[in-house]
This record gives sequence, C-alpha cells and structure tokens, in this order.
Amino acid sequence: MAGVSAASRRQASAESGGSTNAASRRQSSAASRRAFDERAERALGDPALQQVLRAGQDYVQALSVAARAAPDWPLALDEVARVRGATLARLDRYVEEFASNVEKVGGHVFFAADAAEARRHVVDLAELRGVRLVVKSKSMVTEEIGLNPVLEAAGIEVVETDLGEFIVQLAGERPFHILKPAIHLPLDRIRALFSKAAGRDVGGDAHAMTRYARDTLRDKFFAADMGISGANFGVAATGSVVLVTNEGNGRMVTTLPRTHVVVMGVERLVPTFPDLEAILKVLPRAGVGLRATTYVTALTGPRRAGEADGPEELHVVIVDNGRSRMLGSKYEQVLSCIRCGACLDVCPVYRKIGGHAYDAVYTGPIGAVFSPLLDGLACHAELPFASSLCGACTEVCSARIPLAELIRELREDAVEQGLVAPAWGAGFDGFAAVARRPRLWGALETVALPLLRLMTAVGAPLRGRGPLGAWTRDREFPAPQRGSFRALWARGPARRDGPDDRGGPLGRERGRG
Amino acid sequence: MRAEPHAPLPIPTPRAGGATPVRASLMITCLGDALFPRVGVAAVEVLSRLGVAVDFPGGQTCCGQPAYNAGHAAAARSAARAFLQAFAASEYVISISGSCAAMVRDGFPRLFAGRPEQEAAAALAARTFEFSEFLVDVLGVEALPVARRGAATLHHSCHTRRLLGVVEQPERLLGMVEGLEYRPLAHPELCCGFGGTFAVKMARISTAMVDEKVDGVLETGVDLLVGLDMSCLMNIEGRLRRRGHALEVRHLAEVLAAGWRE
Repeated sequence: MAGVSAASRRQASAESGGSTNAASRRQSSAASRRAFDERAERALGDPALQQVLRAGQDYVQALSVAARAAPDWPLALDEVARVRGATLARLDRYVEEFASNVEKVGGHVFFAADAAEARRHVVDLAELRGVRLVVKSKSMVTEEIGLNPVLEAAGIEVVETDLGEFIVQLAGERPFHILKPAIHLPLDRIRALFSKAAGRDVGGDAHAMTRYARDTLRDKFFAADMGISGANFGVAATGSVVLVTNEGNGRMVTTLPRTHVVVMGVERLVPTFPDLEAILKVLPRAGVGLRATTYVTALTGPRRAGEADGPEELHVVIVDNGRSRMLGSKYEQVLSCIRCGACLDVCPVYRKIGGHAYDAVYTGPIGAVFSPLLDGLACHAELPFASSLCGACTEVCSARIPLAELIRELREDAVEQGLVAPAWGAGFDGFAAVARRPRLWGALETVALPLLRLMTAVGAPLRGRGPLGAWTRDREFPAPQRGSFRALWARGPARRDGPDDRGGPLGRERGRG
Repeated sequence: MRAEPHAPLPIPTPRAGGATPVRASLMITCLGDALFPRVGVAAVEVLSRLGVAVDFPGGQTCCGQPAYNAGHAAAARSAARAFLQAFAASEYVISISGSCAAMVRDGFPRLFAGRPEQEAAAALAARTFEFSEFLVDVLGVEALPVARRGAATLHHSCHTRRLLGVVEQPERLLGMVEGLEYRPLAHPELCCGFGGTFAVKMARISTAMVDEKVDGVLETGVDLLVGLDMSCLMNIEGRLRRRGHALEVRHLAEVLAAGWRE
C-alpha cells in the first residue's frame, strides 16, 4: 500500500486529539486524495486487472439478468427495504431481544462500543482459553475492526477458510470485493501463492488447487481451538445467528472448534425468521445471480446436552463502532445494507479502479458511503467524489438504499467540513452570482464565446490548461458557435414582431402574452 | 445536413397546432446556451412543427446542477431560485438535457425541502420534461415525417435513464425515422464518465470510462451517435475527436429537425 493508509490517518487524527483545525483536516484530506489518485492510476495502468474487472462485472451481470427480470423482483426488493427499515426503526428493542435470547440459549453477549473494545474482547477470550489456532469464516466486520493482526500479535495463528479469503490472506492483501474477495487474482497468481505455501507446485488445474485448499483447511478445522465467524443476520426472536455460505467452511468453523465467536455489526438483525426469508430471497440472486445459496446455517446457542456436535461455548460480540451515530441521521438507510455486493458489480468507477483503490474495508458505492461514516469523512474525503453519480448503485440496491444520493449528501458534508479546496467553493459562489443575473450572464457569454471560439480554432491553448485542463487533456473541447442561444433567439423572426427589435442578445421572453 | 455546428439557423415561428395549442418553454441549459445553440434551434423547430408554441424565458441561466452535484448546496440553491422564477409562468418546461430536467424533478424538491420555495419547486418539477419524453409521453407522437439514411446508436444518459425513467422514448422516436437503423450499445447502462465535476476531479478515471463508452459506440459500426444530454455527448464526442474519429454526434432533436420532410 503506497501513500497514507486510512488506518494510519485515523490514528494520526486520534493522536492529534481530533483536531478541529480546518486547514490541517484539509491538508490531511489532500494527502489522502493524492494517495487515492496513485492507487487508482496503478489500477488503470494494469491491463490484466482492467480485463479482470470488466469480465468480473459482465459475468455477474449475465448471471443476474434472469433474476432481475423476474416480475416479482421489484417487490422482493421493496420487502427487503421494508424489513430492514422496520428493524432499524426499533433497533434498540431488537438488540435487547436478540441479546437476551442468545443468553437464554446459553450464549454470551458482549457489546463493543468501538473496534478497539471488540478486538480486545476477542483476544482476551482467546488468550484466557490458551487458543493457538483460530479458523475464520468470511467476515467483513472482523476486517473492519482489524482483528487478525491483533490475534497474530498475541501469537495466535489465524486461518481464513473462505476460499477467496484464504487466497487474499496468502497474498497478504485486503479483500478486493466485499463478497468476492479474490476476484481480482488470476489463476496463475493463485497457483503461485498456493505452491509457495505448499512448498511444491500444486498445478494449474482449478480442481487441483481447490483440492489443495480443502486438504489444508480440513486439517486446520480439526486442529483449531476457536472458530470466528461473522453473521449475515441475527434473529432477534430466537437469538439465532444466521450464516449464508457456499463452501461449507462456515459450518466447520462454527461447529468443530471448542469455542465459537461471532462478531457482528449491531445493525445486522432481523426481528423474526419470516423477515429473514424476505432477505434470503434476494441475497443470493443479487450477490451472485443464484436463486439459492448452498448453505443457510442458523445457529442457536452452543452445543446442548446430547447433541452430537457444536461448540462448547458461544460468544456473540456485537459491534457498534460508529453505527449508532448513523441511526437517526440522514444516512440511516446505509445500515439497511445486506452486503450483497450488487452495487460493486454495476459501478462504472469500481469497474475501472477495483476495490484496493478505495483503501477501505468497504469499497464500491456502499463503501463510498459507509467507510467515511465509519472512519470519519476526513479519512476518506475523496471517496464520495469517486463517483459520477450515475445512479447504477441506487438502481440495483437490494435494500433500496439511495446510494448515489447519500454519496452526494456526503459531498455537502465534505464542503461544510472544509475538506474541499476553497477554490471550488469560491468558483461555485461566483458562478451562482452570475447565474442569478441573466443579463450579466448573457453579457459574459457575448464576451467569452468569441474568445473561446478563437481558442478552439487554434486548438492547442485549451489542451490540458485552465480550470478544465484535466478534462481537455484527453478530450477536444467543442468549438462554440458564433453566439449563445439567447443571442440567437433575440434575433429570431418572432422577436422582430415585438415592440423592441433592436434588443441585442438580451431579449426578453418570446411567444408570451 | 441542415444543422451545421457553426451556422446559426433561423428560428421558425411556432405554428398553431389546434384550437388550444400546447405552450411550452424551452430550457436550453447553460451548456446548451453557450456551446450548443444548434440543439436549441433544432428542438424549437421540431416542437413548432408538432404544433407546440415555444417560448424562451430569458431569465434562465443554469439550474445549479454542477454546484448541487459537487456538494455546494448554497450556490446551487441560489442559482436554482433564479431558475424557479424564470419558469414560474411556463405551462411546460422542455429540457434538451436529461440531467438538467432531472435536476428540476429530483434535485429541486430536495434542495428546497422545508423552504419557502418548496411548493413552487414541486410545481415546476411536475411541469418539466426531457425532450424525447415530452414528445412521446405528453404529445403522444406515434409517427414522424422524418428520414435519414444510415445506422445510429443511442447513449441513454444515466440521469435520463435512472432519475427520469426515460429509456424507451428516444428508442421509439429513432424507430420512427425512415431509413435509419438503430443499433443498441452492448452496455447502454454504463456511464460515459462525465458526471459534472467528476470529469475534472477524477479525470483519469473519467477518461477510462469514456474510452470504454467510445469503444462501445465504435463497435456498433454506426455512422451516428444520438443522445439526449449535451454534457454526455460533449464528453463522448470530445474523446472521439481526440482519438481521431469523425463519427457524427447529434442530439435527438437535431436528427429529427434535419431529417424532417414536409
């Protein structure tokens, strides 16, 4: 990772006592912006990655076409939005209900206010039990709280068991996509990673590589003394933790080790199983274009007397880490997200820069909203601007989150917090001052357009220079016509019928009265 | 071709279409006013031929969309307020740009929520239409005496497609052009990478996006790219030209005006 990572910026900001100095905030956001540009350009300059990104999106799109064409699809999305909205509206109640039901079935609940508390609690649980090996199933929230490095620092081996996560762990990378963490890595790179870990060539055949992963992971499942999973959802009415997986590793992680730790965001609850059904109808189709997922696992408490398997202990770590701040705010809907990843699969910006350019746990359109809200806008001030506001994310969102609109809202916040270069504000204020004065506007056009016409005729002066330089560097600026439309209209035939036919370019309305 | 980029056309006098002709105001947009008067001329010509009495409220400048989308709400509101006044008396407002129509329909109600202008904004939003949408949905155009030879593709524009829900209307109008073959883009849903200030703030990413759009247009093998939003078309055309392609780029109104047969 080149440049300033979001994590180090967060730390710096914490060390400086959360300085409210606008200039220093802007400086830090400018540095983070430069780092973003570097990462984006690296992605843009990588032809193999560009190919993978296009093919990846097109593949998922092709799979999703049938699902999205189903007549009941819009209603299914409405239902997800309704369930999520109703849950968030009474989240305090459902959290309490969920926690008390987890405890009733023999589990333990810990509320973590922030990432540090959550990390410390999990490490304490592991150390108290003398845990040496942790197996994990896919969990974005453990990425969010930075759990793995802390466990490793405590001398505990951590093995990701989701195939994609297993690959990015070997690569020493962060998940590229919230649902498909290793989608950016070509087969030969995975072969190299596996071969290095195995100490032998595992071969180039996908089946052989999968066999290697299965064999390796199977040993880890049996040897592990702690399993850590996320939760797709918790069901408040029963205290159940629900996992939606395709590989079966989730079941191994949550049933074989003696201790199972669930780390989940506080918003990831549904009131009842029928509510969950509404989400399960949509999640696999939106996420990977499949009508159903391979495994839906509902875990209710640890192993009971007489049961054949299951962990002896179940710990549920409910992480806030800024989420309650979003509740009740204009960004509340972002908590409706069911992590289907559909917005990443349609985003034209993600299609070009991929996941790592975001330098955030949550990437793509949902990440452009959620990451700044989690870590602070100053840490990710560039992310809301990494969007053309095309609205593809809003259109596809499984929970009907108006993502593009929330991205735009964040831009307003960035301006208000002084995270945007002052020249933009001054420029737009000046623009608005002219826009309020149609006569001045017309007069400026009369002066500027012939000049612009001359410049475009000569060609070179507009290339890559001036305020639009970034645009004209790669595109031809259109040659203006001889005058503005308003000037033309003022000369129009009907205008000549009016009382004042010598009005010049500032003609009043025509065809009225 | 009747609509040459540099030759101003005379604006035709609106013809009465019936006992009570539809009256509509042209929303030229700031970009159209300054750089693409020919599109305004073409739109007025087509609307007039369809019997619409077109006027041009001279108080209009910019709807405030660039500032609004960049997060500068106060500046956007200031421009939008003047815009509201300019069109206060209009029966219909017809925009040659889908995103500017979307600014009025989607942006204004947000921008003025809970403010004194809220009602006026809602009322203007209800009267504002994108050009192709107005022709098909309001005027009910089912056939046009328009001809043009060749093959054309269409860039739908994201805000036209997603904020206005205008997708089929331009396709239907293109289908009415005798002799013109319509070849859809393989990825019509992909953004061209303009996005207002995005094209300047994130220029490299924007260029990669417009390159894919240009590739898609060229793959169709057409001789004409048609659009409904001059900002997107300016972006795509600018890249086409820089890459050395002479492919003709037109707003739908220009295609209809130029091919109109009496």
